[in-house]
Amino acid sequence: MHVQNKPRILVLRAAGINCDEETAAACELAGGNAERVHINRLASGAARLDDYAALVIPGGFSYGDHLGAGKLLAVDLLYRLRESLAAFVADGRPVLGICNGFQVLVKAGLLPGTATGETVQQSATLAGNANRHYECRWTQLMADPRSPCLFTSGMEGPFALPVGHGEGRFVADEATITRLTAERQVALRYVDAAGQPATTYPHNPNGSVAAIAGICNAQGNVFGLMPHPDRAYLPQLHPDWLQNRQQRQAGDGMAIFRNMLAYVTA
Amino acid sequence: MSVYLVAVRPAQPTDDYDLITAAHEVLGLALETAYEERRYLLAGAVDDQVSARLARELLVDPVLDTAATFPIDAMTPTDAAATWAIDVAYRPGVTDNEGESVRVGADRAGIRGLVAVRTLRRVYLRGPLPYDAVEALAYQLLANDLVEATLISLPDDTTASASFYAKLIELPAPQPARIAAVALRDADDARLMQISRDGVLALDLQEMRAIRAYFRTAGREPTDGELETLAQTWSEHCSHKTFKARIHYRSASPPIADDEPNIPPTIDGLLKTLLIEPTRAINPPWLMSAFVDNAGIVAVGDDAVSFKVETHNHPSALEPFGGANTGVGGVVRDVLGVSGQPIANLDVLCFGPQELPYSELPTGVLHPRRIAEGVVAGVRDYGNKLGIPTVAGAVLYDEGYIRNPLVFCGTVGLSRRDQHLTGIVPGDHVVVIGGRTGRDGIHGATFSSEELTHQTAERVGAAVQIGDPITEKRVIDVVLQARDQRLYHALTDCGAGGFSSAVGEMGERTGVHVELADVPVKYAGLQPWEIWVSEAQERMVLAVPPTTLAAFLELCAAEEVIATVIGAFTDDRQLRVTYAGQVLVDLEMAFLHDGRPEREMEAVWLPPAQRFEPEPDPDPLALRAALHALLAHPNIASKEPIVRTYDHLVQGRTVQGPLGGAEGDAPTNAAVIQVRHTGTAALATGCGINPRYGLIDPYWMALACCDEALRNIVAVGADPYKTSLLDNFCWGDPREPDRLAGLVRAAVGCRDVAKTWSTPFISGKDSLNNEYRDEQGQRVPIPPTLLISALGVVPNVGQVVTNTLQAEGNLLYLVGRTRNELGGSHYLLLQGELGANVPKVDLIQARRTFRALHSVMQAGLIQACHDLAEGGLAVAAAEMGFGSNLGLDLDLASAIKDDDSANDAVMLFSETPSRFLVEVRPHDSAAFGMRMEGVEVALIGFVTAEPVLRVDGVHGSEVVREPLAALKAAWQTPLREA
Repeated sequence: MHVQNKPRILVLRAAGINCDEETAAACELAGGNAERVHINRLASGAARLDDYAALVIPGGFSYGDHLGAGKLLAVDLLYRLRESLAAFVADGRPVLGICNGFQVLVKAGLLPGTATGETVQQSATLAGNANRHYECRWTQLMADPRSPCLFTSGMEGPFALPVGHGEGRFVADEATITRLTAERQVALRYVDAAGQPATTYPHNPNGSVAAIAGICNAQGNVFGLMPHPDRAYLPQLHPDWLQNRQQRQAGDGMAIFRNMLAYVTA
Repeated sequence: MSVYLVAVRPAQPTDDYDLITAAHEVLGLALETAYEERRYLLAGAVDDQVSARLARELLVDPVLDTAATFPIDAMTPTDAAATWAIDVAYRPGVTDNEGESVRVGADRAGIRGLVAVRTLRRVYLRGPLPYDAVEALAYQLLANDLVEATLISLPDDTTASASFYAKLIELPAPQPARIAAVALRDADDARLMQISRDGVLALDLQEMRAIRAYFRTAGREPTDGELETLAQTWSEHCSHKTFKARIHYRSASPPIADDEPNIPPTIDGLLKTLLIEPTRAINPPWLMSAFVDNAGIVAVGDDAVSFKVETHNHPSALEPFGGANTGVGGVVRDVLGVSGQPIANLDVLCFGPQELPYSELPTGVLHPRRIAEGVVAGVRDYGNKLGIPTVAGAVLYDEGYIRNPLVFCGTVGLSRRDQHLTGIVPGDHVVVIGGRTGRDGIHGATFSSEELTHQTAERVGAAVQIGDPITEKRVIDVVLQARDQRLYHALTDCGAGGFSSAVGEMGERTGVHVELADVPVKYAGLQPWEIWVSEAQERMVLAVPPTTLAAFLELCAAEEVIATVIGAFTDDRQLRVTYAGQVLVDLEMAFLHDGRPEREMEAVWLPPAQRFEPEPDPDPLALRAALHALLAHPNIASKEPIVRTYDHLVQGRTVQGPLGGAEGDAPTNAAVIQVRHTGTAALATGCGINPRYGLIDPYWMALACCDEALRNIVAVGADPYKTSLLDNFCWGDPREPDRLAGLVRAAVGCRDVAKTWSTPFISGKDSLNNEYRDEQGQRVPIPPTLLISALGVVPNVGQVVTNTLQAEGNLLYLVGRTRNELGGSHYLLLQGELGANVPKVDLIQARRTFRALHSVMQAGLIQACHDLAEGGLAVAAAEMGFGSNLGLDLDLASAIKDDDSANDAVMLFSETPSRFLVEVRPHDSAAFGMRMEGVEVALIGFVTAEPVLRVDGVHGSEVVREPLAALKAAWQTPLREA
């Protein structure tokens, strides 16, 4: 019996995951009870995914990303947690992958996924940045207000979130891009100063096709994004805060966590 | 056992333009195409199906890649049309993180029987290229022979590659363990020194004699392990013998200046008398640990904040990526060694000029560009993967660092106040966790205590290593959990000297016995002494009480951290090390730690000859040119191309990082990080470094560096009363009396600062012997370099002050007097001159300024603040505009100055310390003036709507009128060259 009334959010840990602390802090600020749980505890049965209202896979360099970003953790999920994860997704519970977590979801085939939601072959990827190196910078983003994505509900933008990655260039074949666009699964795009989808560096920091910064599955309960809402969850983390403390009252990243909590408490 | 090759190539190979460009620029080669293929060697119970499955499930990105698999005795070329193929792989024994990941992945996928995995990269080239040209390309641009093996072959020569691959994947043969006795008791002095040299022991004659005497009394010969233990523990790196020596100091000629510092003729230990003593005298209530632990520790509320800066110079000279990589890993473990969670990194790098012609490159030295690229990549790789924001630092370019670059790595750690534990109890288990032990990193401690030569690479290649940040991340994860659950009594990192230092130091007060046969090793064949002194990375040693051992081992197992009990602490004050029961070391702790004869050293100061002091040219055209050139100078210009590759935002604590302003592309004064995710306290860190001042006088350099570090953090809102300092001395050979005299003067400078400001030094490190002996025997020391790092508390994150202009019409005050101090300035550097008028900090005035400025900041009277540093007032003023769309209108005649400063070039570019340019709202000016009483402050201008820097000179006429966009473009020169 859990006496806490706050929804339990599982923030996944694994070797090389390194954004779990701030991600948990953001989940707590949004009203969740965040627990940082090592994947080995899920695999051993010491903790059960089914006991949680939502799953967040934070950023980092899982297992060092030596076989491609997120690849080995994706293999790990598929071999050790396949059934429980599939059931979790099919049940409509929220799954959020940030940066490395996004890469994991894509490499595991959970994103973009199929219309029916079962796990499939990897159909997209996050390739090395177009400028060939790791890049840490703030980006401007807009969400698609008509996307089924539960995490970006009501947040059109533009708003600011930082990126920090070496492999964030979203790539898929044309048919996939067309389908994702038509199904409104492109929940998040990099935009330029005019608010238009950004095609060039630095507004598009990695060369992603169609300015794609984040996508969701067809049901809208699985969402992955390269930018870090967890690094923009407090107002003072924004670069404009020092210039404009009165107008900057909250971190732009909080809306994503609040949406997740609102969904699981509804 | 069969061996398979998996070749993974992009479905659409694209040219490596970086390589093609470099080949053209460096070697004059015209490559038609060049691209890379990843290759994996898989050995064990592998067949066609298994290798294909591994390729499909682990090694290929189905959207981007294709793969081919072959048994290595039946390979076919993957690009027969190429002219050449170059294979590069880490040498056997060097950390191969990718290979390890394949093993883990295979295990997760249920594929058993994989014995060994090696990864390599193959570069295919096309073009009219003779073998010699390809060889030059391979060794100058692709591979570092020290850690990598290279094969240049014709693409269809599968026989050559098969034999190369077979060697790569071969496992070392086991060897019987052997403990050798070294015949020392009857050795004469010449023989003693030969033993020291041959073994890379770096022990001098006095020390060798002391060892001989000890074993004569003991009535036996030392083992190889005992000699190694003493060499490690007594090395300059581990025991700081120069900083502990008795020094006789004198000046070669009587001092002329009346501000000559007070230096005693005999100094009983620089460390004790000049650094530790002042800290003891100050002893503020918030100081928790200084100069005792692996890092200094201060209290911030209920939290303990630890801070340490290390150097990794010699390894970075030889293998820049690995050297910087393991430098970051090492300092992070220092902070972890005081139970601190690493929350911020800083890195200060000193390189040779990037445009150095290859024809001028000394033999056996890597080009400064290659060193810089490798070091930056090494810092990025380790820091980013550990998830520690790299928030501050500096990059300096000077010819003095061509042969011997400097790499300073610093880490800030965080714990609760009561979590720093050091109470070892006899009976506690000695537990090693983390990486396995290999032959890597042997003799790092003693190697760093020698000068570099053109042959160093061949002699001590094993001292250089590649890091494994994910193993270190796992170690951090379990240590912090074990800390919170109080599962250990003490811990320390395995750094220089490996187990011999770590275990020897931990057991100093109790005694300890360890059994080396239980240590997890990377491969067979290691001799006991090699296990004992190996500096293999990512290892920590803990003292775990019997009551919590099971819980601790369980925690490690759950997170796949290798943890092994290798012995126990005793109560006999004896260091005993065995290998399968055979005695390797049996030494009294008292001799190991106190038996080294203290050195007596001579220091002779040669006051600088009266140098040419060029007449500054106040002509507006010359001023304009100088301003543009200063902003574009590599030392002052934007470091954005480097900074963007460092993660400075991870952990969600960064209130201000290395870049600021509305567009995030302007400079900042100092980094500010939040202590806790919930809470208002923040920390500021800043650095001061200026070797050009040291070329004139290291005493004044030390004062200037301390002033700069403190200026940086006071400018963002840090409390000068709650500020502490770290010292890092990088010097030449201290056995040369002139070098040592400079070191003494710099340390005296640190003493004077600490005492006058009541600002304690809490930790430090010296890296001496930064000299290079070339083929002709010519010895070249680095410029005397002191890095001062400051850590201050910003009481409330809401009061952090920016350096970006805020609003039109606000007033601009210049805080501090401007003196004619162009000596060592970047203004004179532009003219190829050093000058003589080195900036001299007025310590009393500086203290008053810092405290007054902090009080007006606390009162909310400061809109923006920028400290004046390299390039003086002109550069600082321009930089304040870079983050805004506003401009500055300044009047030099109003500034407070000396009579001989009334020259516009002096006023604009002098680097007089303790100065700030601050922005104040008109209605706050009266309150500002009142609180700044006693400080030299003058209203010199105001903020304008037009983004232009306009300056009236000392004689009233306009001397500068430059659009800030043009100045910013000059400052951003590196962005266009990147």
